[in-house]
Amino acid sequence: MVKMSGSQALIQGLWSEGVRAIFGIPGGQIMPVYDALYDSEIRHILARHEQCAAHMADGYARASGHPGVCMATSGPGATNLVTGIATAYADSSPIVAITGQVAKPFIGKDAFQECDTIGIVTPITKYTLQPMEANEIPEAIKKAFLIASTGRPGPVLVDIPRDVQTGVSDISIPDKVEVRGYKPHVKPHPLQIERAADLLLNADKPMIWSGGGVIIANAAPQLRAIAELLLAPVVTSLIGKGSFPENHPLSLGPIGMHGRPEANKMVCETDCLLAVGVRFSDRSTGRFEEFCQDASIIHIDIDPAELGKNKKPNLPIVADVGIALNELLAAIKRKLAKREETAWSKRVEEIKEQFQNSSFGESKGYQPQIVEKIREILPSNGILTTEVGKNQMWGELYYKVIEPRTWITSTGLGTMGFGFPAAVGAKVAKPDVPVVDLAGDGSFRMTENSLAVCVDEHIPVTVVILNNSSLGMVEQWQRLFHDRRYSAVKLSGSPDFVKLAEAYGAQGFRAQSIEEFEKVFKEAIKSDVATVIDCPVAPEEDVFPFVPPGRGLKDILYGAESA
Amino acid sequence: MKLNEKLYTLATIVENKPGVLFRTANMFRRRGFNIESISVGTIEQDGLSRMTITVYADEDTAEQIIKQLSKLIDVIKVNVLDEAEIVKRELALIKIQIQDSRALTELTNYCNIFRNRIIDVSPDSMIIEVTGTPDKVDAFVQLVQGYGIREMARTGITALQRGSKK
Ligand SMILES: Cc1ncc(C[n+]2csc(CCOP(=O)(O)OP(=O)(O)O)c2C)c(N)n1
Repeated sequence: MVKMSGSQALIQGLWSEGVRAIFGIPGGQIMPVYDALYDSEIRHILARHEQCAAHMADGYARASGHPGVCMATSGPGATNLVTGIATAYADSSPIVAITGQVAKPFIGKDAFQECDTIGIVTPITKYTLQPMEANEIPEAIKKAFLIASTGRPGPVLVDIPRDVQTGVSDISIPDKVEVRGYKPHVKPHPLQIERAADLLLNADKPMIWSGGGVIIANAAPQLRAIAELLLAPVVTSLIGKGSFPENHPLSLGPIGMHGRPEANKMVCETDCLLAVGVRFSDRSTGRFEEFCQDASIIHIDIDPAELGKNKKPNLPIVADVGIALNELLAAIKRKLAKREETAWSKRVEEIKEQFQNSSFGESKGYQPQIVEKIREILPSNGILTTEVGKNQMWGELYYKVIEPRTWITSTGLGTMGFGFPAAVGAKVAKPDVPVVDLAGDGSFRMTENSLAVCVDEHIPVTVVILNNSSLGMVEQWQRLFHDRRYSAVKLSGSPDFVKLAEAYGAQGFRAQSIEEFEKVFKEAIKSDVATVIDCPVAPEEDVFPFVPPGRGLKDILYGAESA
Repeated sequence: MKLNEKLYTLATIVENKPGVLFRTANMFRRRGFNIESISVGTIEQDGLSRMTITVYADEDTAEQIIKQLSKLIDVIKVNVLDEAEIVKRELALIKIQIQDSRALTELTNYCNIFRNRIIDVSPDSMIIEVTGTPDKVDAFVQLVQGYGIREMARTGITALQRGSKK
């Protein structure tokens, strides 16, 4: 026990959880914590908007696998975090948000900058805590990290009244905490693993659908070993890209609304689907009723509530994905020495051949070319984040992710403005690796103020803007489904992005052709200042193929004609 | 109630601390499940409360409700009570108008038959305490409706499993 303030206890607690960077903005009700931070070795990165602070923490978490921390003052500081917290919640990303609250005597009195932060974030957090005495802080922090990072990860918010931050007391940092109602079920049932192995081995056309849960569990190697033993092709969800190397002969890429056509076609043919760490999102499956109608489905997930939520599996397995895949691999190995090429694995080669280099609709335009060029130049451990819109879908279709945690995108919430601050967070986590944000002009404008953070804090990330002067994705839908009635999608009035970058003290380039792009991109990722590459592109270039909303995965559109 | 729906009684043990009821109720709201009745009170173990929640649901929905409830970190345990082996009680306080002495006699008789208690009487009204199964409360309410119910408070169902099963 040592005499210290709540704020000092908080900083010590964070340090002992391994926190070395915090993203945030100070304010009246969190100032005691910032004062304690002054004496600490934890790096503070001053975001220019709390939404960005939360996205940075999220990007940090997804790139590193360790919880990211963001911090804000009460009231508007806390409410600005909301989009970032909801984004992390939708994608099961472990962030810990720390917010200041007015002093206890003012709570409930509508004091200046008081708001019911816990009430607001309850539906978008895994848990919330509000320590009411300084000596409760260390335990609260330990609980927050435990809950955020284990089981199905997610955001946890700790709201601390100002007088609790300043309160001095005898405090010790506990080594362990116990949360009574929280016991994630991690061990799979052995008989179920045996059954899963048998189902897969007896199937003629086994397939694996791998999701974000595989990345969270660091289980990509086991997944790969299983796929190779079974000669089972692998499709992923959008967030699952990177859970299986997309340059592998068995990779078919992502399924879903803007998935690869080979993946969408083949998932309609399988007779046994091993779904791992996926949540059967409607964006992935298309119409639930039609999805894998004739296949038996094995579903492994740490969250029991995901099993049967949208689609009833034949074999539900609640377990940590890593442990389950380890045991499944062992079971398969016991039963199968080596599998010779099958009709099914030949079909995989055939379908890949058919679609690999095909362009959908028109010739492969500038935007897919840019995306492929980024892949060509970025090393396999380089990180690509995306914004939301056509840019994200070009990335989904044309960017082959090779290693886990190198593809960071907002899938569950689909948050525009996520990619750039997430890239900043990822770069803080992985300073030695090039980090690139693939952006649309609309999305970039939502969080472009992170350029100040990049310059100020020497965080050299590269932003590639596919600049179509429009809210491209919405425009595409209006073109296809609303009879070209373009409502509120023209983005005129954007600044010159090259000059904007320069105004911040960053670097700006414009690339009019793929050759120009190649040259400046190579320069950008080696540069020690943040770089914006503005690529003027045609608004009419639409993303295809496309499974229209509410349809089954087999109803793929290859171009506007078929819409 | 739809055709394939039935009543589920969920005995839910939760942490007794601020925000837990909110988080629980909010889970139902957010996912579009309807709570039929809910009653909350402390139990024999320190720091814990029991929420008795009843819902009408089909089997899949019920399964999802139970999983989502169990997932809440402040929820320690969810038990689905077996409807055949359940003791269910509800308490209602009913303030009824007394028109004349005949009404008073009749109501007093009904209270005897139903084994209710009259807990307050004033010149023109009385308060009756009804405890029993929700059906019994319903039946009594129906019976006395004609006299003019001024106010009524029902607690919602609370329930326990019979016997040694916990
Ligand atoms: C914060 C937020 N607001 C609105 C939307 C709806 N939305 C989805 S895509 C899109 C357009 C994206 O435009 P842009 O960033 O320029 O990318 P593009 O589609 O042109 O590549 C919009 C408005 C969203 N996903 N997120």
